[in-house]
Amino acid sequence: MAAPADPTASAGRTTGASTPRQRTRLVLAEVTRQRRDPDRTRTELAEQTRVGEALVRGLVRAQLALALRLSLVVAIGLGGLPLLFAVAPAVGAAKIFGINLPWLLLGVAAFPFLVGVGWIFVRLAERNEQDFTALVRRPER
Amino acid sequence: MPNPYTVPAIVAVTLISVAIGFYGLKLARTTSDFLVASRMVSPTWNAAAIGGEYLSAASFLGIAGLILKYGVDVLWYPVGFAAGYLALLLFVAAPLRRSGAFTLPDFCEVRLGSRRLRKLATVFVIFIGWFYLVPQMQGAGLTLTTVTGGPYQLGALLVGAVVTANVALGGMRAITFVQAFQYWLKLTALAVPAIFLVLQWQADGRPPVTPPEGLTFPRATTIVVEQPATLALGDGSVVEVQPGTELSFAAGAPVPQVSTVPANLGPDWLLPGGAEHGERGLFAAYSLILATFLGTMGLPHVLVRFYTNPDGAAARRTTLVVLALVGLFYLLPTLYGVLGRVYTPQLLMTGQSDAVVVLLPGAALGGGVTGQLLAALVAAGAFAAFLSTSSGLLTSVAGVISTDVLGRGSVRDFRLATVVAGLVPMVLALNVSGLDVSQVVGLAFAVAASSFCPLLVLGIWWRGLTDVGAAAGILVGGGAAIAAVLVTVIGPALSGWPAALLTQPAAWTVPLAFAVMVAVSLATRRRMPSDVGATMLRLHAPESLRL
Repeated sequence: MAAPADPTASAGRTTGASTPRQRTRLVLAEVTRQRRDPDRTRTELAEQTRVGEALVRGLVRAQLALALRLSLVVAIGLGGLPLLFAVAPAVGAAKIFGINLPWLLLGVAAFPFLVGVGWIFVRLAERNEQDFTALVRRPER
Repeated sequence: MPNPYTVPAIVAVTLISVAIGFYGLKLARTTSDFLVASRMVSPTWNAAAIGGEYLSAASFLGIAGLILKYGVDVLWYPVGFAAGYLALLLFVAAPLRRSGAFTLPDFCEVRLGSRRLRKLATVFVIFIGWFYLVPQMQGAGLTLTTVTGGPYQLGALLVGAVVTANVALGGMRAITFVQAFQYWLKLTALAVPAIFLVLQWQADGRPPVTPPEGLTFPRATTIVVEQPATLALGDGSVVEVQPGTELSFAAGAPVPQVSTVPANLGPDWLLPGGAEHGERGLFAAYSLILATFLGTMGLPHVLVRFYTNPDGAAARRTTLVVLALVGLFYLLPTLYGVLGRVYTPQLLMTGQSDAVVVLLPGAALGGGVTGQLLAALVAAGAFAAFLSTSSGLLTSVAGVISTDVLGRGSVRDFRLATVVAGLVPMVLALNVSGLDVSQVVGLAFAVAASSFCPLLVLGIWWRGLTDVGAAAGILVGGGAAIAAVLVTVIGPALSGWPAALLTQPAAWTVPLAFAVMVAVSLATRRRMPSDVGATMLRLHAPESLRL
């Protein structure tokens, strides 16, 4: 083994580490154990390796897709109403229990609808995060 | 006859707010206590505090007033004000908390690492904060004039002074307790009288909201004309009136349409599209929806609250509770607006429809003790609305000024900044009156939606955002919205499409801001921060990993 400072020796290495390292005895069994280190994925995340970045991209994409899907539900469910009332005035003039339908939809029904969508989002977003945590924490991959 | 309970009720609310503020002051020792309540606030308290802070004069008074005037079309205001929290929950809540940013300028620095962008964001935070504070103080002045007959200026000054002193001395820990108390007070102040109002309406034989022969006065009413106008009477004749004229109407007389007051007296008040027909009405509806849905996340006093959550998941749960609390509250103003058609139609002549919530209990229930007590309760709730929203806004504007303009962000700087931040809107509120409270607030939402919403959404979800792109988007989109707002508020009166485009600008300024931000970011791709991967990890990875 050459000294780490030797330029010819470090040029031959693929890792390109240039700092002097403490000499360690490597045994095959220990190498395999190191690979199973549960913290390895976390380190990959923290050190922005390709694997780590792919994991984060996956999480961001999953959360964004969830948020966009649910906002589409609101956009159609609530955002479609002005158009509906404009296209079909009969709907706007319809009455339920003596109250005009638009008043019931906008004045009352809209709020439980929004809370319901929010509740679904909180549950699914937390599930996405649990999946991500499980993926990172899992000792063997 | 003045109501003997109103002034004591208003004084009591103010004193209790100040007292809780001082109780909190004993606990507030460090700068961290002062600004973020040391993150010790429990989610329930925090959610009630956010709700209490959010429900402003626009929600408490303005929505009912707009409904009284324009009918079902303006129900988009409460729906949008609530839905804004859903947008906040879906796109912003957890990542923003995880970013560790306390204010929007902080977020700019965390995500894009640019001091100049931070300065730009500071300017917008201060503008939106002041623009939102003015209608609060206006509403306070209006309420005090309505219920006590006192001068408009006194109410505006009173609320301004109390809020400034409370924020300067107590900081945010105090404010959290005050706000939470005020949410429940506001809910009670609308809910309890609402029960009595509905019972009274039943007892009166359910008078119709839109009688086929037009609105009528429920009792003999006298109105003093304040500006020259023409009245269109029910029988088709037109009368010109001059200032100072006293108009008397017998009980059961039809309500005339006043030329200077835009209000819908006809039966199509019940129907969508009644206020403005055709494409322009549809454009205005969608513009309002866009502004309120996306503007909430850009309001400075809303974002500050997220930092007091312990982690991202708690921020999400808190937001959901807020959405439920706010939605519960918004069921009530509609009732006041509708019953106002029956019991206080004179407001459709004077144009002071923002006063309907305060006047309705007295008008419907008569001058007995019950009516007077309920009227006092509503007035107290209205004051709670001004106090809490102004406190929240002032805390965040002062926080930004003390850290970004004055420098170090010490407790002394914060106090100085509070006084400065409180004085400006007080002076403005004294000089501007006669604007519809809810519409001014709606314009503030449009500015927030066209500047900070794209910044937050793209900053959180898109790696490609650059500091130059963000600045360009804020300047173009937010600048266009501010220009539209200024023309609407102080410019000449417009009609037709120009008026529609400027009074509800969000439908074109929000897409413009997004487009400019994305296009300029793509053109300056080299300026993408090198640590964007680490930032994304921090924004989106759950805290339980402890990375």
